[in-house]
Amino acid sequence: MTTAKTKRDYSLVGESTRRAIETGLASAEWYHTDVPRKTMKELMQRSDGPAIRDTIIWLAAIVGSAAGIVWLWGSWWVVPFLFVYGVLYGSSSDSRWHECGHGTAFRTRWMNDAVYHIASFMLMRNPVQWRWSHARHHTDTIIVGRDAEIAVMRPPDLLKAALAFTGILDFRYSLPTLVRQAFGTLSEDEKSYIPEMERHKAVVAARWHMAVYATTIVFAIALRSWIPLVLVGLPRLYGTWHMVMTGLLQHIGLADNVVDHRLNTRTVYMNPISRFIYWNMNYHVEHHMFPMVPYHALPRLHELIKHDLPEPNPSMWHAYREVWPVLLRQLKYEDYYLKRELPPTARPYRGEFHEVDMSAAAE
Amino acid sequence: MADWVEACAVDDIEEEDVIRFDHGGRSFAVYRSPDDEFFATDGYCTHERAHLADGLVMDDIIECPKHNGRFNYKTGQAKGAPVCVNLATYPVRIEAGKVMIQI
Ligand code: FES
Repeated sequence: MTTAKTKRDYSLVGESTRRAIETGLASAEWYHTDVPRKTMKELMQRSDGPAIRDTIIWLAAIVGSAAGIVWLWGSWWVVPFLFVYGVLYGSSSDSRWHECGHGTAFRTRWMNDAVYHIASFMLMRNPVQWRWSHARHHTDTIIVGRDAEIAVMRPPDLLKAALAFTGILDFRYSLPTLVRQAFGTLSEDEKSYIPEMERHKAVVAARWHMAVYATTIVFAIALRSWIPLVLVGLPRLYGTWHMVMTGLLQHIGLADNVVDHRLNTRTVYMNPISRFIYWNMNYHVEHHMFPMVPYHALPRLHELIKHDLPEPNPSMWHAYREVWPVLLRQLKYEDYYLKRELPPTARPYRGEFHEVDMSAAAE
Repeated sequence: MADWVEACAVDDIEEEDVIRFDHGGRSFAVYRSPDDEFFATDGYCTHERAHLADGLVMDDIIECPKHNGRFNYKTGQAKGAPVCVNLATYPVRIEAGKVMIQI
């Protein structure tokens, strides 16, 4: 069931794709911790309250910090406002995009959709394309050749991972992608997960995004000012670091080609500010196992099932320190991965899905 | 000619909930709406293979547990990505405290 000793092909229409389908790794049945239906029903319940509260705080902080930028532009006092605005725009939009894409943040559909579209724009993500790519990510989490959202491939490109914190690479990828899509072209990979009847919507969405960027550029020229661009578009560069810092930890260094989220996904305890920015996605094993549970109920879900999951990393620092030697080893032995131990109360991993021979890497 | 088969007792389903019913090699989802009406659809989502009985009923919507795709379980209508294909629905009637579906 694994791709041991074989080079990984991360294209979504290549050799690894064929093998994943052939071996039954694609669209497989995944492990779930047992949770009684009654409890799960309670955890899945939707309400508008928490997300309305958080969205008001989020939007107020965005508008407030933007006002600070405009007001203090030209002085050094603008820096803290750029810092706050950048993170709100370039990082916290990722968790809003994510939760609203799942439709779990709000109970009311249009509220999910409205925040989803705003956040997609901030992230330079085509809202149609990414809805489908994320569905695939949930079906085939870190299955090579199937998952369109594998952030760090093997062997890991550490320079690329470091540069991701600056947003440069993502910006260089996202903007040309939107331009290409606005001209009506979808790549073969994109076509592999966007159904035909949805493709024209992806093109229309890309055109809307480009229209807003064009308007912003016109404003900047007309006003002879950088401010419009600093507020729209560029935060994707200078504010993206928090999204990368938290997001990389979701799966980095863990197993691939397995069907148990306890093996390929990580839960990390985080400080309350990061949890607000990240909307509790630090409970990532829990989210992948039960994507129906809204972000505000994830801490409760965590308490309920933690006996069946590997011990969470106590901090981001701890998680990065733990994974760093694994990444270094993967440079040489790409089959090596971090296998996190289960507590004695957990149901064991199913061996047949993660029998990678790591003896060479251990030498 | 489609047959009426007994799916479950009325009390087997909580209000605003869904249960699974398997019959003749097929799988169905049987719903009890908040206003105490009963409905039945195909059990599996039309997007990928996930059983809707593990999903969440909200008003007249069933949300799929896998990618949160939504259907109106009364009409079977798919309510948007990632579900694009409608769900088959089946007539339901209540007889002596039993939920009967026509399949
Ligand atoms: S399987 Fe139901 S929405 Fe994907």
